[in-house]
Amino acid sequence: MALIELKDIEKVYDMGAEKVHALNGVDLMVERGEYVAIMGSSGSGKSTLMNLVGCLDTPTAGSYILNGVAVQELDDTQLAGIRNKEIGFVFQTFNLLARTDALHNVELPLIYAGLSRAERRQRARRALEKVGLGSRMHHQPNELSGGQRQRVAIARALVNDPSILLADEPTGNLDSATSEEIMQLFDELHQSGNTVVLVTHEADIARHAWRQVILRDGKVISDQPTARAEAAAAAPVS
Amino acid sequence: MVFLENFRIAIAALRANLMRSILTTLGIIIGVAAVVAVVSIVQGLQFTISNQLQGVGATFVVITPKTDRDFPGMVARQVKLTYDDGKALEEKVPGVKILTPAIFGRATLKYRDRKHTPAAVIGVNENWQDVNNHTVDRGRFFSRIDLENRRKVVVIGEKVIEELNLDPQPLGKEIYVNTYPATIIGVMEKKGQSLGMNVDDLAFVPYDSALTLFGRNAGDQIQLRLQADAPEHVEQVKDGITRLLRQRHRLPSDQPDDFEIQTQDEILDTVNTILGSVTAVVGGVVGIALLVGGIGIMNIMLVSVTERTREIGVRKAVGARRQDVLLQFLIEAVTLSLIGGAIGLGLGYGLGALVAKLIPGFPPAHVPIWAVALSFGFSAIVGIFFGIYPAAKASRLDPIEALRYE
Repeated sequence: MALIELKDIEKVYDMGAEKVHALNGVDLMVERGEYVAIMGSSGSGKSTLMNLVGCLDTPTAGSYILNGVAVQELDDTQLAGIRNKEIGFVFQTFNLLARTDALHNVELPLIYAGLSRAERRQRARRALEKVGLGSRMHHQPNELSGGQRQRVAIARALVNDPSILLADEPTGNLDSATSEEIMQLFDELHQSGNTVVLVTHEADIARHAWRQVILRDGKVISDQPTARAEAAAAAPVS
Repeated sequence: MVFLENFRIAIAALRANLMRSILTTLGIIIGVAAVVAVVSIVQGLQFTISNQLQGVGATFVVITPKTDRDFPGMVARQVKLTYDDGKALEEKVPGVKILTPAIFGRATLKYRDRKHTPAAVIGVNENWQDVNNHTVDRGRFFSRIDLENRRKVVVIGEKVIEELNLDPQPLGKEIYVNTYPATIIGVMEKKGQSLGMNVDDLAFVPYDSALTLFGRNAGDQIQLRLQADAPEHVEQVKDGITRLLRQRHRLPSDQPDDFEIQTQDEILDTVNTILGSVTAVVGGVVGIALLVGGIGIMNIMLVSVTERTREIGVRKAVGARRQDVLLQFLIEAVTLSLIGGAIGLGLGYGLGALVAKLIPGFPPAHVPIWAVALSFGFSAIVGIFFGIYPAAKASRLDPIEALRYE
């Protein structure tokens, strides 16, 4: 069974006079451990798809099964629980809480998971060490560089061991050198077994993934393994 | 766990906007401070008055002349209440145990080069001690013989000794009451302040001497204070007094009494009624202050929710449920109003204590536990009531919209 099973997904926004079909019959399966880039120009529906996959929104029609759970049938509270346990979000604008140190920012999902303070601390520390920020735990976002902020955000996404790491233009606000560092971090996370879904419009970023899904006008027009995946397949298994 | 965490978040959020938070709670602070100040003063008064009245006992009765102000234009006869009335009462009304007249006046006391005008110079008879439960500490009070022989004697309070710079053992010393020389024969026990009068700042002279001091007319409108022989006889004694005084004052049956009889219970009731209405009026003002304070809190919470839209979006994205967000903002509102309540409590108590200290003769402020509980209870209720709408608004935010908010 696939981790993500999207079947004939439609999302219609009712704009009063006209109805906008943001997604128009999307089928997508993502297996555990995959590294997928979802691409498309603006207006292609990729953000809408990401919101649906991230359980921030529900489809107008179609079915979405995440890790065996039919998401489209869940209510608000249950969706919050799914986001807490199954999804780790990484945003373009980092979205860290201001005046809150890195450790507390990373702890945030664990608060809503109901973990004890001691356990939260311990896991948040480990997640920060994993992204290479072990020495910056008590820095506030405004004391960190863009790359460091995004690392904190990634640590926050990882801390509750989600099924999917869902990144929306994670390098959109970073310079190219820092972008490369962040993408290497995603590569490492993928190698250590995480399922990563990237939403991006940059080919440079998308090439890190092993599979590329291209959307246009609310439909999947291309779904192929990347050069990288082919290289990996050709290489002998060590 | 989440609850504690929310409390921590609330404190952090309030500290981030410290000035704004304090200004916002000003309404609550003023409301609670007002209620606590007034309650502390009223309670202090009530406490002291009750104590003093309980001191004179349940059999205490005081009769005062009543000038009839309900019939303007009527040329009323001169209202009189005299010692002769008192003597008649003592003789003819069964149940009257002991009685003293009391003429209140002002006079200057002199000892060598020191002068002092006490709160009052009171002309009484030998029964004053027992009627008012106020006795001498040193020396003795007037005897019947002092009164009958018109001895020039005086009994003073501790404050008078101090003011006149007298020896702490002043018995036998001669002082002047206005121009009349009098020998100190007793010093009253220390009682402190009461009803705006320092009980220790009094001088007592025999009734007849008071008439000489204050003039004959002073004897026409005096107070009569008495003790009934038993608490259960007080009503009967009152009826007897009314009947006899009406008869002596030749009041036709259609005319109201030209005197007023008050028992300990009635004085307590009167005091409580006055203090109760003061409290009620202040209660109304406080209600308005709390309402305004609550609106202030609602306003700032709405601002806070808007400012932190993105934060709400992030929290929701990482798994905060509606009730988590609701609780977070509700706790913030309640924390805000409770802090206001606490500051108000401190301020109100300080204000009450200050007022009590500044007005001489005022009893010390007294804040009962129920007032503390009430201020915190009210603050919490205001916080919840006015915090629920902004919190609900925050909890209902769409996470996608919230994350996109600039």
